[in-house]
Formats: sequence, structure tokens, C-alpha cells
Amino acid sequence: MDIIELKAKAAEIRMALLKMIHNAKTGHTGGSLSNTDILTALYYRVMKIDPTRPKWEDRDRFIASKGHSVESLWCILANLGFFPEEELKTFSQYGTRLIGHPNNKVPGIEMNTGALGHGLAISVGMALAGKRDGKGYRVYCLMGDGEQAEGSVWEAAMAGAHYKLENLVAIIDRNRLQISGSTEEVMGLEPLEEKWAAFGWNVVSIDGNDMDALVRTFESVPTVSGKPTLFMANTVKGKGVSFAENVAHWHHHVPNDEQLELALAELSAALERYKQEGQVQ
Amino acid sequence: MANSIPNRQVICDTLLELSKGDRNIMVLASDSSGSAAMAPFAKAYPDQFVEVGIAEQNIVGIAAGLAHSGKKPFVTSPACFLSMRSIEQIKVDVAYSATNVKLVGISGGVSYGALGMSHHSVQDIAVARAIPGLAVVLPADRHETKKMTEALVQYEGGVYVRIGRNPVEDSYESENYEFVLGKAVTMREGRDITIIAVGETVRVALDAEAALKEAGVSCRVLNMHTIKPLDKEAILKAAEETGYIITVEEHSIHGGLGAAVAEVIVQQRPVPMRILGIPDEPAIAGKTSEVFDHYGISAANITKIALEMLSR
Repeated sequence: MDIIELKAKAAEIRMALLKMIHNAKTGHTGGSLSNTDILTALYYRVMKIDPTRPKWEDRDRFIASKGHSVESLWCILANLGFFPEEELKTFSQYGTRLIGHPNNKVPGIEMNTGALGHGLAISVGMALAGKRDGKGYRVYCLMGDGEQAEGSVWEAAMAGAHYKLENLVAIIDRNRLQISGSTEEVMGLEPLEEKWAAFGWNVVSIDGNDMDALVRTFESVPTVSGKPTLFMANTVKGKGVSFAENVAHWHHHVPNDEQLELALAELSAALERYKQEGQVQ
Repeated sequence: MANSIPNRQVICDTLLELSKGDRNIMVLASDSSGSAAMAPFAKAYPDQFVEVGIAEQNIVGIAAGLAHSGKKPFVTSPACFLSMRSIEQIKVDVAYSATNVKLVGISGGVSYGALGMSHHSVQDIAVARAIPGLAVVLPADRHETKKMTEALVQYEGGVYVRIGRNPVEDSYESENYEFVLGKAVTMREGRDITIIAVGETVRVALDAEAALKEAGVSCRVLNMHTIKPLDKEAILKAAEETGYIITVEEHSIHGGLGAAVAEVIVQQRPVPMRILGIPDEPAIAGKTSEVFDHYGISAANITKIALEMLSR
């Protein structure tokens, strides 16, 4: 997909996840909206994957360490055909596979996550196996910024650098908000990039809601030989929905009928714009 | 019966042997390759060895990632930390995600002796057996440790193993017996009472059986090497055929072997039962044998209790 198509796809995914959350009356709206562009870039352009062969040995791996923002991922996997889109209606309902966190009973999900601070260690293990076996796959691990307060993140950061895992890419969805408020108020993280650099990672700062920048930087991996890469993706929590943007309350808040309508109208307008831009190109 | 080989060395030797034909076997250490006796493995198979440093959460997560990629990781780390510090990774990354990770808790029970409660591991069985799908195994001696290690390489799934630090006296005369995960081994047949033991207490139970035989009591000894999945059939058979049960373990009386057996007995075939183990207190410091004696995990005390139960 080209950049405009990816932008349009991200708008579609945002609409789908809002409808899904509204239908289920539960969900992590803010974080899913903030990471939608990152996931769209990875799944529709960057990663080597095959929806018809979810366990293809040479596929790139994606680990959603911030497992609570699984809604964008469910919508993307369904859209790509890993499972029927119809199933999105079962999200968070009794007996569903599509629970509120990644669940490896669903094709396309590698590991069960949700307890924060686990994903990077798992990704280190996967990347280490790939490196020792001479495989070409990459491992992408998406973390939250609030998640950076977990000590286990830094244990894994040390190991990733120690084993020189240049096939490992960690991404921080740096939206600066967590459930109780601003990350800097809850537990100050800054200077976060310097911390990762000090742990031996090559750190690249990007606008995590700028599709062009995302694709360009993801396609430049490995950015430095012999080092794992950390993308500090500066994002806006609630991105794409004006009234939810940068509001901590939307971390785990469900749109009512009126809010859904408003949000869908905004995203439809954006989608139309991208379509027109695409035609002009 | 004298033996100078600790079980941790047996695991290393067995994995070294099995790795000749299997490049997917991996050993992970948390600055513990020396204490886990895994240094020879690290030297022989550097590509199959991973040093993680003192980071027990990380070691389990990395092992889960390796297992997801087709490896057969054996995590070797002190039981006290592996079973507690990383229990959430064990729950989510190993059990819930169904990854093929073997967690080997070394220097478990009270085998760190004088180092105190921080280093004793007498809550690990309770914690591990509460995790769905996680098998829990404690081998009795070097013979069983070898057979168990061979079985674990074949077994697909998460397992928590606990072994001690020092050489233990043999409970088996040889490796000439069948080790099946989840199946208790009848060490001695008997009609009057059954002692169910696990790990290093199997030897204690066998000594008690010998003393009881002198006193004219026919005592069955079951080695419940797998606490989960539990061999309920053997327990119910013992309850049915011998009427009395004593459990012995190097673990808190809360949530370990005794509790697991009691759950079966109470619900399906109630018979008089006693649970011997470490009481609800920070275990006293000392050599394993001294700690055992202090808490009555001894042949003499088991014999006394058995005779009391039978005389009622």
C-alpha cells in the first residue's frame, strides 16, 4: 500500500474499532486510537506476514506488550483475513476468543499478553532464536509509555543490547497519558530516549501518527548494525477523534451513541479526503 | 546407597547427553550456571546456552520467546526466586500462552540452609500448582532426576521442577523402573498405612517404612514425584486399601503435597490423614537434615505418628 492508502486504511480501522467498542460497551479506546497508525504501517506495508499461513516460519513477529490496546489489532487482523470480520461483533462478549487482550487462540496472535512489562522479554527470546538459527525475520514489540515503569522492561532492554539483537525493534507508543493522568505526573519517565540509548539501543524519535514518517523509519531497520532499535513514536492518545484526543479519561472509556456518530463523521470526512488525495495522485 | 552427585549435576549431564542429538535444547541461567552446575553445558554448547543475569522475570520471558520459536528451553535458577519473582511470567508467558518451557528450580526447599527465609523455597509447590496447565515435579534421587530429565525433553508443555542443592542418598537402587509424568511410583507395597512422599523426603519415608516393618506394620510408600497432574488413582487406592495416609514434604504444610492429597481424600474417600512439612513460620536455619529433624520430617517421627494413628 502507498502512504495515502495506508492513511485511509488507518481511518477505516479507527472507525471499525470504535464501532466494536461501542457494541461491546467496553474497551481501551484512547490507546487503540493512538497506536492505529503504527499497526497499520506494520501490518499493511512493513511486516512480512501471510494471513493464510499465520504460523509461516519466516514471518515477522509482532508482540503487543501493551496488550490492553488490542482493539486496533483485532480490527486489523480481521480486515486482513486472519479470522472473519463478523467475529468482531463478539468482542468482549461471553465465551468469545476476542477478549480484551491478545489471545493466541486467535490466528495472527503470537503470544498472550496483557500483564504489562512482559512483551519485550518474549521478543528478546524470539529475536535471539532467530539470530542463532540464522533466520531473517524481525520481531516488533509495541509497548506503552506508562508501561516503562515496569522494571522487567529494563531487564529485557539490557538483554536485547547485550545480545546485539539488530532483528529486534521496540516501539513505544509515547502518548504521554496513562489511566491516572499524565505519565510525567504518575511516574516521570523523561529523559526516556536517553535512558534507552544508555541501555545500548539505537533510538529513533518519530511522529507516531505520521504515516509517511512511520513507513520511512520502519523500512530503515536495522538502523545501526549490532544494536536493537527503539522507535520513540510520539503519538496523541485518542488520535483521530477530536473530543478524545489527549484526554486521559478516554484510556478506558466507551463512546455513547452520540459520541460514536460524531467520531464516525470526523473519520469519514478524513477518509474522503484521503480518497480524493489518492485520486489526484 | 552413598551418593556424591547432586541432582543439579545429573540434570546437566543428562542434557549434555541429549543435546548431542537435539540442537533445540537450550539452557538459560540467571548468573546461576555455577550453582545450577550448568557450566559444562555452557562450555559444550555455547549456542544453546543463554546467560540472562540476575533477572528472573526476564529469564522466563526470554525462555517463552525461545520456546515459541521451536526451542526447548530449560530455565535453571534458584527455586526461591524462580518460583516467586517470576510467577506472573510463568502464569502468562508459559502457562497461559502454552509455551514449552521447563522451569528448573535449583537449591530448593531448605537446601540453602543457613541463608534463611529469603533463600528457602518452601512455598513454591503451592504457587506452582495453582497455575493451570503447569506440571509440578520433584525427583527423589539421582536416578529419578535422570529419568525425569529424559522425560521432560520429550514432554511438550510448561513444567516446574524443584531439586535440592546437595547430593541425596539414593531412594532407587537403579534406573531400572518406569518413570511416567503424573504416575506415582509404589516404592514399597503395604496394607496397613501409606506414606506419600516427594523429592528428598522419599528417602525419609523409606527409612520410616523399614522401622515400621520391624514393629510389624505393613507400610506402603508412594513416591508422588509429580504433584501436578496428581495421581489421584494411586491416592484413592491407598486410601481404600490401607485406610491411613501420612504425607511428607520439604514444603510448607499450606498448599503443597499434603494439601493436594487431602483435597482428593476429603472429597472422594475420607480416611485419617496427617500432613508433615514445614509449619507456617520462617523455617529455622541449618543443614537440611537438621531442619528436617527440627520439624519432625524424620523416620523416627513418621514411625511414631504412624503407630499412634494405627493404635486409635
